[in-house]
Order: sequence, then C-alpha cells, then structure tokens
Amino acid sequence: MALRALLQVGLLLLLPPLLPGVVNRVKATFAGRRGPPLLQSYYDLGKLLRKGAVYSRTTTWVFRAGPAVGLAAVFTAGLMLPVAGEPALVRFPGDFVLLAYLLALGRFFTALAALDTGSSFEGMGAAREVSFASLAEPALFLCFVVLARATGTLSLSGMLGPGLAHAWGDSAPALLLAAIALFVVALAENARIPVDDPNTHLELTMIHEVMVLDHSGPDLALILYGASMKLLLFGALLVRLTLGMPFRSLWGAEGLFVLGLLGFAVLVGATESVMARLRLTRVPQMLVGASVLSMFALVLLLR
Amino acid sequence: MASWIDMTFILVVVVDLFLLASSRLGAAIRAVAFQGALLSLLTLLIASPAHDLAHVAIVAGGALAIKALFIPWLMFRAIREAAIRREMEPLIGYVPSLLLGGTGVALAFAFSRGLPLPTPETHSFLVPTALATVWTGLLLVVSRKKAVTQVLGFLVLENGVFVFGLLLTDFMPVMVEAGVLLDLLAAVFVMGIVMFHINREFSSLDTDALASLKD
Repeated sequence: MALRALLQVGLLLLLPPLLPGVVNRVKATFAGRRGPPLLQSYYDLGKLLRKGAVYSRTTTWVFRAGPAVGLAAVFTAGLMLPVAGEPALVRFPGDFVLLAYLLALGRFFTALAALDTGSSFEGMGAAREVSFASLAEPALFLCFVVLARATGTLSLSGMLGPGLAHAWGDSAPALLLAAIALFVVALAENARIPVDDPNTHLELTMIHEVMVLDHSGPDLALILYGASMKLLLFGALLVRLTLGMPFRSLWGAEGLFVLGLLGFAVLVGATESVMARLRLTRVPQMLVGASVLSMFALVLLLR
Repeated sequence: MASWIDMTFILVVVVDLFLLASSRLGAAIRAVAFQGALLSLLTLLIASPAHDLAHVAIVAGGALAIKALFIPWLMFRAIREAAIRREMEPLIGYVPSLLLGGTGVALAFAFSRGLPLPTPETHSFLVPTALATVWTGLLLVVSRKKAVTQVLGFLVLENGVFVFGLLLTDFMPVMVEAGVLLDLLAAVFVMGIVMFHINREFSSLDTDALASLKD
C-alpha cells in the first residue's frame, strides 16, 4: 500500500516535465528538425530554480501567490485522479466536482496575478483565458456525467475503475464521443495549438503565455511545472478512459499507464503539427462543439 | 456487428453537427459526400438475410453513386466556377446553430421511442437519426445565405428522408427508390442552373441579392 502510494505521488511529481519534451520532439520531427532533448524541460526547470525572481513595485502578494497556488491546486487535483492501475489516494463520491474547481482555482489565481501586474496585455490574456475556460467547463462536466452514468459511480476512481471495461462493452459509442470531447477540452485547457500556441511570442495573439510574462525565476519554474502537471492530469484522464487498465499487476499497470501518457503526448504533438491555430472567434465554436458532442453521448446513454 | 451499426448511425449525426459548424464550403461538400457514403453503407449493414440481395445492392449502389460521388462532384464544380470558398456570416451564427442542432438531436433521441410507427423499427437509432438529419437540413436551408450551402442543406434533408426510408426497405419497390434518387438529381440540376444564373446576374452566390430584385 505504502509502495503504491509512493509510486503514485512519484509519478505525479516526476513525470510531468517529460510530456512537454515529447510534444516538442514530435513537433520537431514533423517539421524535419532534430528538436531539443527529451529531458529539456527538466533542465529548464533546474535553471529557472537557480535564478532569482524580479518583482515589479506595483505588484502585491497576489502576484507572488499566483504560481504557488496554481501548482498546489493542480497537484491536489492530481491526487484525486487514479494515476495508474489502482484507485486514487483521495477519493469520495463527487470528487470530480472538486477536481474541476481546483483547476478553476488555479486558473483564477493565475488570472489574478496577471491582473495584479497592471499590464493591459496580461489583462487581455486573462480575459481570454477565463472566457475560453468557461466554455470548456460544460464540456468537461458533461464528460464526467457521461462517465458517471456509464459506470454508475460518482467518484473518479470508480468512474475510471473496473466498471469502465463493462461500460465500454455496453455503450462504446457514447464513451468514444466523450473521449473525443475530453481531448478537445484537454487541448483548450492546456493552451495547445488549435486554441493557443505555446511557442508564440506575439502578445496580441497569446492567451495563456501572456499571463505569465511578468513571472521570472522560481515563479516561472512553478508555472511551467504546474502547466506540465496539468497536461499529465488530462492525459491521465484520457488514458484511463480509453485504455481502461486491463492489467492486475502493479508494474504492468504502471508501464501501460506511462506508455499511454507518452502516446497522449505524441497525439498532442501530432495534432499541433497538422493543425493551424484557429482564429480567436472560432475557438468558442470548437468548445461548444465539444459540449454538444458530450451532450449527445449523454443522450445516447440516457435513452 | 450491432455496435458497428450504432457507430455508423452516430457518425451520420456527427456529420450533421459538423455541417452546422463548418464555414468552409469544400469541407461541407466533402462532409455531405461522406454522409452519403455512410448511408449507402447503412443500407448494406441493416439489411437482414431475408431481404432481396439485388434490391439492397441497387439501393446502396445508387445512393453511393449519386449521393457520395456525382452530386458532390457537381457541387465542387459549382464552387469552382463561382470562385467561392466559404460561407459568409449566416443568418443564425455557427454557435447558435450548433446549439439548435444539438437540441434537435437530443430531442430526436429522447422522444423517438414514443412515435407510433406502422412497422417495427429495424434499429433503435434509425428514427432519431432520420429526424435529427432532417432537422439539420432544415436549419441549413433556412439559416445560410449562400445558394451552395442551401443546396447542401437540401441534400442533408434528403439524406434524413433516405434514412427514414430504410425503415421500409421491405416494402418499397426498387422503382420508387430509383425515382426518389432521380428526383434528387433533377432537383440538384435545377438548383445548379439557378445558382449559375444568380452568379451571372449578381457575380456572387449570395441569395440576399435576390431580395433587392425590383421590376
């Protein structure tokens, strides 16, 4: 039990920076470049942590609290997710609501920190981020409701647990639709390409990255680390939803889970490479489309 | 096997939703062609061994040839000649029409059980898919401005009627099915001619221009 808990927390803490590395490598391969090493994100985090932070005199404690609260919220949310083959460390009926709102809390503090700087660009980014997030939230909740209905449980560990294999047998089309909707939500929540470009450096078109322009050193490291952990979190949701964890043994399940996560990162990288970024006015349309898809999945389950 | 049929029905509905959200005409035409191909596949999938094989093959082949190949080819030719690529801002925006379409789909799936049908349903998704597709076609016809998209809406509406017709494959003679397909073809031809004239008259395919036609 202790080993499992340790392994789960270890995966949650150590694996995240690998995923952006894989995404960047896939994008580089598509573009015909060699790309940065897979472990580049770890080096970046180490470098940032050794640096000092610069704070503008106009900022208050909110600006300093933003990155820490953001990371803490994502980590706490991660504890509720069944990371590998076993149930999550924290589980109770209805924990998916807490998971969604912990993510929202992290976003709220990042947006507050951005507003605290008083920069108009950052305010614009914060406004975009929260307006897209408010459209992604219904889709996320509808996906959870589909899962709850299909498996008959109200905790994430149950929704993504042993009952899922049976649910795939009964209502595969509905779960597939929910998985597609969840992938769209994952792209939007993690500021990936059809919604936001993580590599862009033009403030006018940035969404997520513009909010963190004023953070430096360890604060920026916390933000990058939190962002990659969020990517892992959504990846874990999708991997558990689609693979259903057929292995009983500890190492088999862990191995399959990590492989699934790498597959998710490759899929994200491929999506980023083959798609152009959507115009900002088209993004709500895509997110509403995801909501409609998951609502359709729910209707299929309810009839 | 049963889940493959489910999947095909659901794909037909997903294509409906895609059409409501897409603004690029080329993508929309491809989607309608894909839906036509799906319908022809459905005809084969839900045919029971009791059906006359030749009858089923003719209906499926006719649907594939006309709905998935010939009409899309005509539409592509039309947009190439008129040199238009995308729909303008429609009367009902993309997000509202997606929501309306989603509501229609939900209502169709929720209430189709209560419909009194003269024949037993061959598949429980058949009637809701037909209703949702007809509803999508109707929405496209009334809410879009370009003549090409309106024709696409008519085709989708017709696809819905075709799905409903699958309910009756036992009873419908081949001549009736062939007549329906020919009817569709004739309608698209006429619309093509109308589109050509609108284009020549106003050098655009915007049907709003027709409203300002005086004496």
